[in-house]
Amino acid sequence: MISFESVTKRFPNGTTAVDEVDLEVPEGDLTVLVGPSGCGKTTTLRMINRMIDATSGRIVVDGRDISQVDPPQLRRRIGYVIQQVGLFPHRTIGENIATVPELVGWDSQRIRGRVGELLELVGLPAEVRDRYPNQLSGGQRQRVGVARALAVDPPIMLMDEPFGAVDPIVRSRLQDEFLRLQQEVRKTIVFVTHDIDEAIKMGDRIAIFRQGGHLEQYAPPDELLAEPASDFVADFLGAERGLKRLALIPVSAVKAEPGPVVSPGDDGGQALAAAEAYGSDWVVVVDDDRRLLGWAHAREAAERGRVGDAEIRPFQLQVEADNSLRAALNAMVQSRTGVAVRVSGGDRYEGIVTLELLSKEIS
Amino acid sequence: MTDGPAPVLAAELVRWSWIGDHLDDIRGDLVQHVELTGLALLFGLLLAFPLALAAVQWPRAYGPILGFTGILFTIPSLALFILLIPFTGLQIQTALIGLTIYTLLILVRNTVEGLRGVDPDVREAAQAMGYTRGRQLFQVELPLALPVIIAGVRIATVTTIGLVTVTALIGWGGLGRLFIEGFTLNFTTPIVVGIVLSALLAFAADLLLVGLQHRLTPWARSGGG
Repeated sequence: MISFESVTKRFPNGTTAVDEVDLEVPEGDLTVLVGPSGCGKTTTLRMINRMIDATSGRIVVDGRDISQVDPPQLRRRIGYVIQQVGLFPHRTIGENIATVPELVGWDSQRIRGRVGELLELVGLPAEVRDRYPNQLSGGQRQRVGVARALAVDPPIMLMDEPFGAVDPIVRSRLQDEFLRLQQEVRKTIVFVTHDIDEAIKMGDRIAIFRQGGHLEQYAPPDELLAEPASDFVADFLGAERGLKRLALIPVSAVKAEPGPVVSPGDDGGQALAAAEAYGSDWVVVVDDDRRLLGWAHAREAAERGRVGDAEIRPFQLQVEADNSLRAALNAMVQSRTGVAVRVSGGDRYEGIVTLELLSKEIS
Repeated sequence: MTDGPAPVLAAELVRWSWIGDHLDDIRGDLVQHVELTGLALLFGLLLAFPLALAAVQWPRAYGPILGFTGILFTIPSLALFILLIPFTGLQIQTALIGLTIYTLLILVRNTVEGLRGVDPDVREAAQAMGYTRGRQLFQVELPLALPVIIAGVRIATVTTIGLVTVTALIGWGGLGRLFIEGFTLNFTTPIVVGIVLSALLAFAADLLLVGLQHRLTPWARSGGG
């Protein structure tokens, strides 16, 4: 655990970068520090490994006041990843990853084994071990940066805009991979970004800072979006707060409606009745094993005689239990039916999700 | 062809038989030239390195250090050697002190620029990994500054090889002794030999240093990415 006890940082030129911040970072959580530039988030991060020393207040890491710990010793137990990665250009990838193990004096055999393990963990092929950083792509370098930070399995990781320098597609993939990795390693992570969407996606908890180093609100993302503590926070979260919240809530959180379901063998009258009962002009068509076939116009089915004689159109997008409600909303607006169809195991029909269900969930 | 006026000068420029008769002398001059150059560079590096570190550590000292070595660099070499004679006589020290002083400006400047040119992100990462100051300097910053430092050593080496000849006037000079000899005897062969050999020496030394840099910085030539 990392705790800030009324920590202030004033620079010699008189500016206050961090102002009386109290913050507790729980063990095993990913805490995001977010805010506009000049809000003190990076200064706050860098005080944890004493790259910057606090002017007043106390920072306690795992029960020890860090001002009493020799900085190099402290830093070797804290992983550090920055946007520009800062790999050592004169060392191979393997040597870069081995940096901290070498500093703390591991034997070469143990280091070799650990480097191989880490390359695998971050999804890099073994042959990059003997390459130099300038022979890798930006995304690969960023992975090496993460592997280097994890080398001695430190309990704490500090990450300063770690995915800021790569293009959006690679960034999104690295974020997903990192979240999966974090599931596995469960580090106590402090993560700085200026991108609120990244904060919402990555953070177990989010600390929003305002210019002048004031901590405005510290809460889990869902709570932050539901109840912003101030106008500043509401502004910073942006106009689409509702949409952002939807992105955090899984489809399984709402109970899907059964919907107007028919099978190809049903006659047109039944389809019309089902649609009318539901208040729509379409029906969901499933087979005898409740596998989703698509949807059909109820009137067309009635005119042709049997449901199977009408044109059965596929749902372009389907959602499953672990998709977000935002994905469900996206499926709704892209479908002629105006609803999202929920399936499990790829094609087993579970029901439909409607706009009313969504607004009930977030209001 | 043997009587008549003296043939064209070119025919007299090099008398090959003289070279054959003086091979040992010439070899001795060459060895001395290499020794003087090598020692001057060695002492130059030993002095320049701490000065450069001081300049990196205390940026305000950089201006004065650069100014001082710059002034030393502008003293005419002949004058400097003559000024030193009352203190150190005609011993090798006189030659070496002078030669060393002229290497300082370039060596200090390139060492400082090399160290300053290290990517700040790399420096930050090294610090955050838990390097102590000294280890960071020797294991991260110096290796990365090496290309710029070696570039300085190359310039200093070539300059020194030229300058060594001047020390012939105080009894040393390596190949420069051949210039004095040629001048005194009014005979071009030693002068030509001296010029050609010192040019070749400079060329060879530069080539050697390029090779050294190539070996020491394998990371700098692996392009791509």
